[in-house]
Amino acid sequence: MSDTPILSIRDLTAKVADEDIDILKGVDLDLFKGEIHAIMGPNGSGKSTLTKVLAGHPGYEVTGGTVTFRGEEILEMEPDERSQAGVFLAFQYPVEIPGVSIANFLRTALQARLDEGDELDLFDFQDDLMARMEMLEMDPTFAERPVNDGFSGGEKKRNEILQMAMLRPTLALMDETDSGLDIDALQVVSKGVNRLHEENPELTILIITHYQRLLNYIKPDRVHVMLDGRIVRSGGPEVALALEAGGYEEYRVADAAEAAEAARGS
Amino acid sequence: MPQNDTIQDLGLDEYKYHFITEDEPVFRSGRGLNEKVVREISAQKGEPEWMLQSRLKALEIYNAKPMPTWGGDLSKLEEVLDQIYFYVRPQEKMERSWDDVPVNIKETFERLGIPEAEQKVLAGVGAQYESEMVYHSLKKEWDDKGVIFDSIEDGLRNHPELFREYFGKVIPAADNKFSAMNAAVWSGGSFVYIPKGVELDTPLQAYFRVNQEQMGQFERTLIIADEGSKAHYIEGCTAPVYSTESFHSGVIEIIVKPGAHFRYTTIQNWSTNMYNLVTQRAMVHENATMEWLDGNLGSKLTMKYPSCVLVGEGAHGSILSIAYSGDGQHQDTGGKVIHAAPNTTSSIISKSISKGTGRSTYRGLCQVHEGAVNAKSNVECDALLINETSRTDTYPYIEIEEKKSNIGHEATVSKVGDEQLFYLMSRGMSEEEAMALIVRGFIEPIAKLLPLEYAVELNRLIELEMEGSVG
Repeated sequence: MSDTPILSIRDLTAKVADEDIDILKGVDLDLFKGEIHAIMGPNGSGKSTLTKVLAGHPGYEVTGGTVTFRGEEILEMEPDERSQAGVFLAFQYPVEIPGVSIANFLRTALQARLDEGDELDLFDFQDDLMARMEMLEMDPTFAERPVNDGFSGGEKKRNEILQMAMLRPTLALMDETDSGLDIDALQVVSKGVNRLHEENPELTILIITHYQRLLNYIKPDRVHVMLDGRIVRSGGPEVALALEAGGYEEYRVADAAEAAEAARGS
Repeated sequence: MPQNDTIQDLGLDEYKYHFITEDEPVFRSGRGLNEKVVREISAQKGEPEWMLQSRLKALEIYNAKPMPTWGGDLSKLEEVLDQIYFYVRPQEKMERSWDDVPVNIKETFERLGIPEAEQKVLAGVGAQYESEMVYHSLKKEWDDKGVIFDSIEDGLRNHPELFREYFGKVIPAADNKFSAMNAAVWSGGSFVYIPKGVELDTPLQAYFRVNQEQMGQFERTLIIADEGSKAHYIEGCTAPVYSTESFHSGVIEIIVKPGAHFRYTTIQNWSTNMYNLVTQRAMVHENATMEWLDGNLGSKLTMKYPSCVLVGEGAHGSILSIAYSGDGQHQDTGGKVIHAAPNTTSSIISKSISKGTGRSTYRGLCQVHEGAVNAKSNVECDALLINETSRTDTYPYIEIEEKKSNIGHEATVSKVGDEQLFYLMSRGMSEEEAMALIVRGFIEPIAKLLPLEYAVELNRLIELEMEGSVG
């Protein structure tokens, strides 16, 4: 493991742009190159917010802290700049773009990465797209469908993985990729992610999930528990298994006790 | 289709057709519209007496009709009309071959891409420069098939009986103020006749261009698709930018005979000081099909509602229209279908994009006459708003006199959403690229019906127009 993390989050606080209360209340997290991390937590704990803030969603405002990606401070960067720097967010709810085929969409995204005056080679692109779709066990006609328009939940998530496969990020943020998937779709998606990680062992992945289930298929190096805008516990895969057995109750109790102590101390 | 070029890549960051070639018109009428001008036009063209009389009568109708008070803002139009030239003729004679076209006119065409179109054997290029056809070629096989694709002047000269039989029958001078104006001063346009049973695979194309400052353009097109024929006519327009107001008022009449299939495609990109008031209508007979595909970009104000009058049993009319309104522009467009026979069907699909202070109005009419049993019509209009200041309105007029008919209407208004933009930007596209992609997706259902080179051109025009939509 290298000494400097590829992604380093320090005391990050953030809120919904036109609201007052922070959702992230001081997140600290380090991801090293090639690691797979999972963040688990109940609804409203702030885990999805974390991925959106990392990708630069304009609906959230950072109120404090720093995020360093490959040694660069990224909080001031636009979402497209972060993407081009190597950050990829697999959306929990992928957005429909009517009338734009997946192929056209990916071509535009890849063209946007090139220097001005450079043209994407369309033959190479087509070959790559077909190879990636084959790897993800997708029908070639899928590329001609309009982005997420009329897709089933499973198709939307597979489309996210296809984009990830085509854009070749350094850091993949996967926001509840397992939600809304049946077991078959979950296996296909997990297999795809694993293959991308095998192919590029330096690919760093941060998975957001409610459930241990996904982690049976994608094995994390580290598991974090997030509660009320903070990471309250970090450990190995055993943390996820413990959660599966005992739920979040012990953390809530611990949290309450800590809060009470803090109140007494002040 | 190369759709991923950005605006910068294309070098389209200024108005593409803003260039003026220096040429001296052979003849130019005085400013404004009066009997003298009308007589001069007719004399210059060496027309038969009946046409002169028809023009003069139309002028009377024009003078008697009040300026419309509905639709767009025409309050300053009178002043504009007093200042414009109603007729300019650039050359004495119609050119038959490309080599004979004068160099400066050729330059203009080259910059518009006409030679490429020719090289690609896009068949009959009828290019209109200023008020008249100067270049016009027709594939030999069409000649062999008896297809007529001429300037409107030659149509009158060479096919007087056919011309007289149909001229002004679909759109009489008295239809509206601007059809009357056109009937008085028309100049340029196409005359097309497709004989019985003849099917054309390659589209007939005409390229229009207004060049002379403050020159009105009053093209008149008359098309007759005879029984069982099938053809596609394409008209593209562009105009250079001028500082003063300009005016265009065309009339397009189409007769689609029993069992025939005709499609008329227009992509117009007038400069943003242009008043563009056009009347276009097709008379659709038994089991015939008429399709209007109408793209409106540019102009200060466009009022244009392609119409299908379904007069024969089983006739079908289809109108696809797309409008783009940028800052200060108003596109008042849509379509009209009139069901006057049983078992007639129609559909109108209209898509508009409004950016900045642009305003798009859908204005449509669906009329079902008594006795037009089992008439079916479906109207769908979708508006996309780019900015908070953009505006759209919908005026769907529906008049049903027949109980046994089925009429559907759907309208949607959408805004380019923050989530859509974020999604695309999170894949590495700039906000501008993301916006352009969303707009292209919005117009895709119409763009895909265009021949490839027009679809590419439309996409490029939209990209150009989308520039500066951000921030």
